Amino acid sequence: MHIAEGYLPPVQAAAWFAVSTPFVIHGARNLVQQVRANPDAKLLLGAAGAFTFVLSALKIPSVTGSCSHPTGVGLGAILFRAPVMSVLGTIVLLFQALLLAHGGLSTLGANVFSMAIVGPWVAFGVYALIRRFGGGLGISVFFAAALADLATYCVTSAQLALAFPDPDSGFVGALAKFGSIFAVTQIPLAISEGLLTVLVVRLLVRVSPQELRRLGILRRPAPTTQGAVA
Amino acid sequence: MKSFGRTNLLLLLAVVALAVAPLVLGLGSGEEPFAGADALAEEAIVNDHPDYEPWFSSIYEPPSGEIESALFALQAALGAGFLGYYFGVARTRQRLRGEQSATGEKTTD
Repeated sequence: MHIAEGYLPPVQAAAWFAVSTPFVIHGARNLVQQVRANPDAKLLLGAAGAFTFVLSALKIPSVTGSCSHPTGVGLGAILFRAPVMSVLGTIVLLFQALLLAHGGLSTLGANVFSMAIVGPWVAFGVYALIRRFGGGLGISVFFAAALADLATYCVTSAQLALAFPDPDSGFVGALAKFGSIFAVTQIPLAISEGLLTVLVVRLLVRVSPQELRRLGILRRPAPTTQGAVA
Repeated sequence: MKSFGRTNLLLLLAVVALAVAPLVLGLGSGEEPFAGADALAEEAIVNDHPDYEPWFSSIYEPPSGEIESALFALQAALGAGFLGYYFGVARTRQRLRGEQSATGEKTTD
């Protein structure tokens, strides 16, 4: 999902910056508010950021014969809502742009939009929706994280198709092409990310039930050592 | 985590299986099997739009593949280290709470 440095026309790169910036500013405010309201949340926030750090560093082989990496933004979006992840995701992307020549500063706006904005919002939306319809914690976390991962890569494909429409078949053809490079490759990885996020949430239920109850993830009053996950 | 839990173990195994399967099945193809998707996208752009000039280049590029993989490992290690720290702290807190509640009923694992 990293659009390489310099691989977006300047006008489009600037436009993605313009779209992403308000989200990140709102996210930063939200982050500060949440930490002020509850200083104890700092540690778990750090853990959510750390999860993104780990997952986005892992390049995993996929069925298409290429490698890609998960994003890890689902966990934080579920725990702290989407805005916070716009900040944490931007930090990860900056780290990779500056030190790893992965992604870039000129394409940061576009990459932030896909991984740190759309991904977390999809995660939070899917999670809230499935929970509202009575879905269990495990199922909602799985689909939230997996679909966030997939959505991130679909956005990247669309961004590239906008910038580089196919000479013959235009935007649609380019979307199909970039989609086959990114989105199809991402399917097994999205499943992996969903399963891993469920695993981490199950462990959190075990070690931090109070914390999760405060965040509204757990509703039951009595702490159970077994996560009620199907 | 005295008992990691069967479900958790299965989740972990499923993740490993998903990652290893493409390698075992030899699904890689082309000159460089299992190249990065990001690089493939870049290639597709260069092929279809040979006249496009990237107008900006990375400020810093790892001088070799080794250095790059070292930095990726560093990224993963920083994240994993903090996660481990979090779980250690949280678990200890849980245990202390369990001992404090003094009902003789422990909420630990």
